[in-house]
Amino acid sequence: MLLQQLINAVSVGSLYALMAIGLAMVFGILRLINFAHGDLIMVGSYVALLLMAAGLPFSVAAIAAVAASTLAGLLMERLAYRPIRGAHEIAMLLTSFSVTILLENLAIILFKPTSRPFPAPAFLRSAIEAGSLRLASLDLIAIVIAGVLLAGLTLFVTRTRIGISMRAASEDLLAARLMGINVNAVIAAAFAIGSFLAGVVGLLWSARVGKVDPLMGFNPVLKAFVASVIGGLGSLPGAVIGAYILGGLEILLQGLLPSALTPYRDAFVFVILIALLLFRPNGIMGSTEKEKI
Amino acid sequence: MQMTPLDRGFTRAVLRIIPTAVLLAALGLLLAASDFLAGDYIRRIVIGIGINIVLVVSLNLSNGFTGVFSLGHVGFMAIGAYAASICTLPVALKAVNLPALPGWLSGLALPFLPATLVGGAVAMLVAFIVGLSLMRLKGAYVSVATLGFLVIVQVVLVNWDQLTRGARTFAGVPPHTTVWNAWIWAVLTVYLAWRMGRSPFGRDMRAARDNEIAARSLGISVMRSRLLAFCASAFLTGVAGSLWAHFITSFSPKSFFFTQAFAIITMLVIGGLGSVSGSVIGVALITIVSEILRNAERGLTIGALVIPPIYGASQILMAVLFVLIIVFRPQGLLGGKEIDPGLIARRIFPPTRRRDGPPDHGKDAA
Repeated sequence: MLLQQLINAVSVGSLYALMAIGLAMVFGILRLINFAHGDLIMVGSYVALLLMAAGLPFSVAAIAAVAASTLAGLLMERLAYRPIRGAHEIAMLLTSFSVTILLENLAIILFKPTSRPFPAPAFLRSAIEAGSLRLASLDLIAIVIAGVLLAGLTLFVTRTRIGISMRAASEDLLAARLMGINVNAVIAAAFAIGSFLAGVVGLLWSARVGKVDPLMGFNPVLKAFVASVIGGLGSLPGAVIGAYILGGLEILLQGLLPSALTPYRDAFVFVILIALLLFRPNGIMGSTEKEKI
Repeated sequence: MQMTPLDRGFTRAVLRIIPTAVLLAALGLLLAASDFLAGDYIRRIVIGIGINIVLVVSLNLSNGFTGVFSLGHVGFMAIGAYAASICTLPVALKAVNLPALPGWLSGLALPFLPATLVGGAVAMLVAFIVGLSLMRLKGAYVSVATLGFLVIVQVVLVNWDQLTRGARTFAGVPPHTTVWNAWIWAVLTVYLAWRMGRSPFGRDMRAARDNEIAARSLGISVMRSRLLAFCASAFLTGVAGSLWAHFITSFSPKSFFFTQAFAIITMLVIGGLGSVSGSVIGVALITIVSEILRNAERGLTIGALVIPPIYGASQILMAVLFVLIIVFRPQGLLGGKEIDPGLIARRIFPPTRRRDGPPDHGKDAA
């Protein structure tokens, strides 16, 4: 029972982590809270859904979905965020809201506002029974995929030239530019990686929830926000740690809260988040450095 | 007849009130025309603008003056709407719609004004409690935390069946909102925000917004000024919630979520943060433009060109418009400045020089 809950928590946390990294990468470099990150999930999921409906196998649909998410993320950066680069944090946040409104309404026009069932392949819907333990293959797959991607990402940001440039840019964008780093390429790479991860999450999320709708990105992105705020906005390890803490917290609340209060779970999560921010205003991994005068 | 300096000062003071008085009179005439002459459609737009002015100007009071950018104000609107509607819902309807209401509430039937004040007060109380923590946060963290507040309100509304009917529609609210009471609140809100902006508290707020450390070093209690702005703003937002509830008469928790939050913020940013008159202009502009777009959405026929109805297209256009404003005029239409009838009057009729005052260096100094 305990093990089952633990796997549940880690699996949910893995999805949050993959989302939160995309947010953290972009925030670290641009100070932009990209609210529209959640809609990349929606874009990928619809592409997968439509291709499968057209009779293509899941593998092809999945690759196309992830590619579509990546492309959408790059377009988003080029069309909406590059013109306002360096603007006030709030202005950028509001721009990302506009992008969200735009994409969601576009999806509503194109695909109707009602949700559609997501035909996940059988191997994602099966479960392994071991004694009293029932492990959903989807949970295990999510954990493995997240593990592989996170390991790959760690290598990328520590070993490759562009990864190191990315960390430099997030430390100090101007200094990085002066050192001859191609900032445009680095930012595009950050968006591409974040969007790629969002595409992967989209497939796993849709398979988990079993349906797809134009507003499906809202919940995951909100959770990813919370995760990256817990960890400290802009910090990649922080985002991952925050995501697993959030996953654990949700499962814990689900188990501990009296049944009359379980519907209020999300409210409790945010109360805890706000309380945490009072003691660690910059999150767990955020710097505690005071503003210099 | 010879005028004494005192007489002249008095005359000028009267003359200086004229532009404001003319503006109010013109507004009164416009409202009367919309109420008595125009049809229901125009009347509803005019009421909508009045309510939106209360919403946006009060949001400006908190976000524009203090720089603590709250995304969760729609939560206060929801609280005001539900609290006031529970007070005014006819007792017979309560028995049907809200059977689980606690006894003292189920027999309650308040008139509109006290109910609206209750709505505002409940919103303000909640603002005080959450403000104690939210107002300590900075920058992007505030945005995420206030968004969190919005989610908390949403979750509570959906689950507190006894009071709110949960996710189902809360219907049967008496249609008390008229052009007049909506606009009295609008004028009152504008006046309050304008006074507050010029009060010592308002100056504290702006100082803390522009440079928190410098403001602290001057002995300004940043927390106190922010909390005051937040609570005042929440009260007025709650009032607007009540006005809106008694205008639309049926709503559900979903009415108070992301779309609504974005609509209010759009008006605020387009008018210009920190400018009361900017907010009013932003509201009028966006309400009218979105009304036109909403009509166009139902399909258009321009000559031989027939555009089929595309629902949601108006939202897309608004979003694009918003991005363009942020790119090309990030400070908003008025850029934080005010169009102030009193100030214009002062330019035309400068106040009398005081005899014992410091020497006047030319007219511009007045």
